[in-house]
Amino acid sequence: MKIAVVQFPGSNCDQDCLRALTDGLSVPAEYLWHKKTSISGFDAVVLPGGFSYGDYLRCGAIARFSPIMRAVVRAAKEGMPVIGICNGFQILCEAGLLPGALIRNQSLRFVCELVWLRVETDETPFTARLGRGSLLRMPVAHGEGSYLADEATLATLRSNGQIVFRYVDESGRVTQESNPNGSMLNIAGICNEARNVVGMMPHPDRAWDRRLGSEDGKLLFESLVGTLESAGAG
Amino acid sequence: MVTLITPELIRDHGLSELEYERIKAILGREPNITELGVFSVMWSEHCSYKNTRRELKKFPTTGPHVLVRAGEENAGVVDIGDGWAVAFKMESHNHPSAVEPFQGAATGVGGIIRDIFTMGARPVFLLDSLRFGPVEGTSPGAKNNRRLFAGVVAGISHYGNCIGVPTIGGEVYFDESYEGNPLVNVFCLGILRHEQIARGAAKGVGNPVFYVGSETGRDGLAGATFASRDLTDESKEDRPAVQVGDPFKGKLLLEACLELLASGCVTGIQDMGAAGLTCSTCETASRGGTGVQIDLALVPQREPGMTPYEILLSESQERMLIIVERGQEAKVKETFEKWDLPYALVGEVTNDGMMRVLNHRRVEVEIPAAKLANDAPVYEREFVPGPRVPEFRIEEIPSVDLQQSLVQLLGHPTIASKNWVFRQYDHTVRAGTVVLPGSDAAVFYVREAGKYLAATCDCNGLYCKLDPREGARIAVAEAARNLVCTGATPLAVTDNLNFGNPYHPENFWQLREAVEGLAEACGKFGTPVIGGNVSLYNQNPSGAIDPTPTVGMVGLVGDERWITRQYFRDATDVIYLIGPIGHEIGAGQYLAIVHGRKTGLPPRLNYQLEMGVQAAVRTLIERGLVKSAHDCSEGGLGVALAECCISGERNIGASVRLGHRPMRFDQVLFNESQSRVIISVRAEDADATEAVCAAAEVPFARLGEVGGPDLIVSTEQEMVRWDVAQLHQTWYFSIERAMCAHET
Repeated sequence: MKIAVVQFPGSNCDQDCLRALTDGLSVPAEYLWHKKTSISGFDAVVLPGGFSYGDYLRCGAIARFSPIMRAVVRAAKEGMPVIGICNGFQILCEAGLLPGALIRNQSLRFVCELVWLRVETDETPFTARLGRGSLLRMPVAHGEGSYLADEATLATLRSNGQIVFRYVDESGRVTQESNPNGSMLNIAGICNEARNVVGMMPHPDRAWDRRLGSEDGKLLFESLVGTLESAGAG
Repeated sequence: MVTLITPELIRDHGLSELEYERIKAILGREPNITELGVFSVMWSEHCSYKNTRRELKKFPTTGPHVLVRAGEENAGVVDIGDGWAVAFKMESHNHPSAVEPFQGAATGVGGIIRDIFTMGARPVFLLDSLRFGPVEGTSPGAKNNRRLFAGVVAGISHYGNCIGVPTIGGEVYFDESYEGNPLVNVFCLGILRHEQIARGAAKGVGNPVFYVGSETGRDGLAGATFASRDLTDESKEDRPAVQVGDPFKGKLLLEACLELLASGCVTGIQDMGAAGLTCSTCETASRGGTGVQIDLALVPQREPGMTPYEILLSESQERMLIIVERGQEAKVKETFEKWDLPYALVGEVTNDGMMRVLNHRRVEVEIPAAKLANDAPVYEREFVPGPRVPEFRIEEIPSVDLQQSLVQLLGHPTIASKNWVFRQYDHTVRAGTVVLPGSDAAVFYVREAGKYLAATCDCNGLYCKLDPREGARIAVAEAARNLVCTGATPLAVTDNLNFGNPYHPENFWQLREAVEGLAEACGKFGTPVIGGNVSLYNQNPSGAIDPTPTVGMVGLVGDERWITRQYFRDATDVIYLIGPIGHEIGAGQYLAIVHGRKTGLPPRLNYQLEMGVQAAVRTLIERGLVKSAHDCSEGGLGVALAECCISGERNIGASVRLGHRPMRFDQVLFNESQSRVIISVRAEDADATEAVCAAAEVPFARLGEVGGPDLIVSTEQEMVRWDVAQLHQTWYFSIERAMCAHET
């Protein structure tokens, strides 16, 4: 089993994601440079956070044209687990692998804080080991993380169970105060229809070690490893 | 066309007649206009420290753990054990931020980060020490201060967040003296192996000299000269002297440089910060004892038609000069092409000691590099002591409602929670922030080294105004105390000296006093100064800023279990005050905020007491007795107790009984006597705690217990009660209220 952490120019959570996998879980993982065109040899892909191409033009809008993205799109369509975290989520939306868009936070300011997430579905490779309704604690850190989609898309996300995480308060209630960025329906993460591609704004890559105050992020990566192992990629 | 060097032109370049004579003596001829520009920036205060060099020599700069000393390179380096070291430094971007707050602050962050990775270190965190005029109210001044404050915070956030270096702490003060002349002091720390220390020296005659990074443009022309004069109403016309930062390019440059350094082919590396290409060529040559020859025609340029003068003096951001071993040119090409960054072979190292700059192979500049870099005149400025400040007597102020006074103090932006600020900074990237912003000092786990580092910046400008020597001593003591409270042992200091125009004898006296105070205290605490920055000419039309010698201090936490936060944890824990109850009310925030009096003699620092208290706290922490530790600073015991109750994840009250106190209750609550730390311990550890304090022979007092919804403080005569949830509301949202109330 080997997991790829894609490095775009301007990625800045690539090292955190790699460490979460290699140090946090002792899972083989390697960087994959964005100018590469193939992801053969890898079993899953992480698009890390950061400011790919400086977030110029629009977050993720340039990165989606990086050579590696063709291979990522192809692999995603063939069912490979792909997760986009923060800027990675924005790239997945720009690449058309996930519906909707991430726009500027309602406050118009960058927000970095700890949030509570509620797991809305265990039917993705990244949440398989998380109970539906369980609560996770991890940081957000973004300027453009407000999830936006049209009514029809939201309805589809809901009816298909494609909403993966929502911002909630400490006791698991969806409230306005617990929404750090003004996302519709307090959406913090979604998946595609086939459920193998997940995008999320919060950072599991910053919550995998007791020193950081939370190890909840580790559960996502453990779910992924479990899924890959049972699929025979061990 | 040859520009005639007239006396006006010399004056416009900020050079005196005497300095011009010295330039002619060095060259043995008249300089041309480009050379005049080169001397002007290199001999500006910002680059040459001509007015402060004698003072800076007073700092203790050595120690068994100092690997690179102050002034040797772009930043000092300190050993932290197991072959690992840290490089850190603080630098100001005050003047640019005053005229263009967003870019001024952003490029300040970019510049300090480059200083750190130039040393071969990977930048791991940032701190900021910021000062502005008051932001509350509807006056045009307050409105402008809000604009500057919001702009600076957004600028820091823009650069730091994008480049992926967390901003994990710092300080923010608001005071009239900074009106129109905000202070933006940015601190960066990086991690490296001992053998990775890179040098800014041009070594090896014949080695190729590369220019890497962004193209050179017309921005930031002669910014160093601009930063070396007073800010006036016309300063906004100097906006072209402010650079524009591109954090994305900064990130690419950071990664590319570290990658190239790791390959081992680099013999010298120097960032193009202040004075750009000029400074990097003459300093590398001077340090290497060599010469450097470059051709400007080869420099990547953003726009056509730039003159040699403009190219040499541009302060365009995200550029470096790199010298590699001859034969390793392909490695540079490979690395910078990978990262899609411009690079160009612009010259070579020579053996004649000259900084020689050609333009299309014609000599434009020919100056002995070492003389240009090191032989700026050094001045002894005149100094005159400021007026003597009388001791303040509590009888001079009326007794007021103390319930309200604490609320007023906690709601003042200087004391209030800074969450409005640090929520805009990415403080969790790099997955190492263990103690989040808002505690006495930030603690960061440097994963690659397996080390816990604590860092803080401190300075009380009001103390320094009323007694610069004592204020500076206290800045060092408080920084050390903050580190000790988090479980760390202080290692070393970087300082940022922010003062007014040095040609005013009183301003220079303040600087002298402060430097001597810092030097003395750094010596006592065993924390050498390993680098820093001087920012003079911090004036607005109504006068100089309060003298602000900011201290950035770094410490090492020896064991994860020692990491301690400032807030109370659990009901029934016992609260102790380590240190005296105090009485000194002068220069305090209570006088300033509640009574509108910026006066009185600041508290006196007693080294023996201070070191005794710090040693006792350290022992208590290392024995595992301490559940929280918080130092008493602005607003004294009252504010510190309240912060213990409201700065954690959840509010918790406390009952504090101070017994018989033969002084006014406001004096008990809000005096700012030094050397005091509030700790909380488990009830069953009370005896052990007292035994440690007794053995350490420091004053201590059992104050009461944690618990309940209220903070209750009583003496034999009086009692005050506060609802901690309300205190939290006031304290937590104060800055947000000030900033948002007038947004529309």
